[in-house]
Amino acid sequence: MTDVTRTDTVAAAKVQTDARPGRLREFWSYFSENRGAVIGLVVFGLLVVVAVFAPLVAPFHPNEQFRDHLLSPPAWAEGADTRFLLGTDAVGRDILSRLIFGARYSLFIGVVVVSISLIGGIVLGLVAGFFRGWVDTAIMRVMDVLLAFPSLLLALVLVAVLGPGLVNAMIAIALVAQPHYVRLTRAAVMAERNRDYVTSARVAGASRLRLMFVTILPNCMAPLIVQAALSFSNAILDAAALGFLGMGAQPPTPEWGTMLAEAREFILSAWWVVTFPGLAILITVLAINLIGDGLRDALDPKLRRS
Amino acid sequence: MFGFLFRRIGLVIPTFIGVSLVAFFLIRLLPGDPILLMAGERGLSPERYAELMGRYGFDRPIWEQYAGYLGSLIQGDFGTSIITKKPVFEEFFALFPATVELSICAMIFAVVLGIPAGVVAAVKRGSGFDHGLMATALVGYSMPIFWWALLLIIVFSGILQWTPVSGRISLLYFFPSVTGFMLIDSLISGQKGAFASAASHLILPTIVLGTIPLAVIARQTRSAMLEVLSEDYIRTARAKGLSPFRVVGVHALRNALIPVITTIGLQIGVLIAGAILTETIFSWPGIGKWMVDSIFRRDYPAVQGGLVLIALMVMVVNLIVDMLYGLINPKIRHTR
Repeated sequence: MTDVTRTDTVAAAKVQTDARPGRLREFWSYFSENRGAVIGLVVFGLLVVVAVFAPLVAPFHPNEQFRDHLLSPPAWAEGADTRFLLGTDAVGRDILSRLIFGARYSLFIGVVVVSISLIGGIVLGLVAGFFRGWVDTAIMRVMDVLLAFPSLLLALVLVAVLGPGLVNAMIAIALVAQPHYVRLTRAAVMAERNRDYVTSARVAGASRLRLMFVTILPNCMAPLIVQAALSFSNAILDAAALGFLGMGAQPPTPEWGTMLAEAREFILSAWWVVTFPGLAILITVLAINLIGDGLRDALDPKLRRS
Repeated sequence: MFGFLFRRIGLVIPTFIGVSLVAFFLIRLLPGDPILLMAGERGLSPERYAELMGRYGFDRPIWEQYAGYLGSLIQGDFGTSIITKKPVFEEFFALFPATVELSICAMIFAVVLGIPAGVVAAVKRGSGFDHGLMATALVGYSMPIFWWALLLIIVFSGILQWTPVSGRISLLYFFPSVTGFMLIDSLISGQKGAFASAASHLILPTIVLGTIPLAVIARQTRSAMLEVLSEDYIRTARAKGLSPFRVVGVHALRNALIPVITTIGLQIGVLIAGAILTETIFSWPGIGKWMVDSIFRRDYPAVQGGLVLIALMVMVVNLIVDMLYGLINPKIRHTR
């Protein structure tokens, strides 16, 4: 039974793409024009593969301790054990394996934060932009309040109050990211709601919900997709920062920011413990930002880089 | 202009009330009894407990507590630290100059490097410099600055031993604080080497805090310049036979600067968020480190007061930026 449904959905999706081949192809031709964006996409794809197949790819379990190899340097350095490609940390865990498992956390954080803030932001922004009046004023004033706090500070205090941990960190970061989505959605909705196609849908008897989600929303998606890419990378950075401050994922979780926090005392004695987790964060964030730039160029002709 | 002014100030008041609500209820989100939490492991006698409940007003209805809290905020009472027993306001403004000094230096670093780099990239569009700068800017923009700080410490403090690892000035020097800005105070003190010591302590934190603004400003300057350079009046200026330097430096840059200035204003929040990380890593005694320390010491009145004061500051800065923008660009004043 499930198989049948699945084929149906696939078929439906196929019909839909077949119906509008020009749009996707146009998108791809713009996107692929930007070499950086394609590189970012490839790197990101590799990261996803590594994260999904972490147990197969990683040479060791992330928490396995090799007591005879504390702070063993990377494989190419002098006195290294070649089993540990990027060396080991202060309690003898393989850094490469921890980084590979850490990719799971970072990507997971990005996906969760973006999903929560995107959905919340779309709903609130649609309501504010569509109904206007006091609902709009109330929603936007609340967003102004959230924007008055520097995002990392508010996230930090929220996590301190809710209790340190990965889940609370994600909630805090999602909350802090919210206003940007609300503002973008609201602005786009206000630009669209008086267009002729909306009026004609209304005259044809479309319900409010249908007007909001089916008629208007699809035409507001371009800036939201770009913002999603931006806040995906921001979420990873903020979560790592919280982990670094001891307020995010807790040890021994192999989250990259938390790994950096544990490594801090060795910065002058074992550079590799500090260097690689940060490099992993930088590469991931960079790849996503490259994709974001490409998405902006491809989706939003007005913002296209001249 | 006055209409715009009042409208804009009118928006600040509800936001401030919202900020105070957030700060008020955030602390009440803490699981457990606030008095017992503050007392920690030691425990309390029932009499002392009742006295503290009364002093902090936890025995009154919640709306009354909030009204009292808002009232004291308006009178400038931002609470009292439970660790140092000093008013939060006093503690905050004792540390504030350190953060301002660092932020100003970081912003100067970002502007002095970012604007010329962006201008050159725009003028030499498509050149190796342009591509290199944009790639570097994207890396800077994606940088986890806490890691960047650690790398700089490894290289400049560890391997090269050029700069100190932490603090504002070497312990060898002591002089009274006049302005609160270490660079100026060390000059006033006239002690030999004091200024050099203060400056060497500032270098790494400045670079770390300035990195993201630098990347943003360079990118923004480049794209604003590109837009302006294709305008008709630039072509006219060139056709008049003005020197390329004058065309770019005077005619184009002046007009390209408006969006850049807005971007600079928007970096205030980024600077404070960055100060939290930068100050913690370099043990820089400013408000960022103080907030983190207060959180770890569970000094909730300090966290609460600091949160309100920082939000207030962000609001004031945004207000000033909006005003300036309204002054520069009359169109903003008249649209809602």
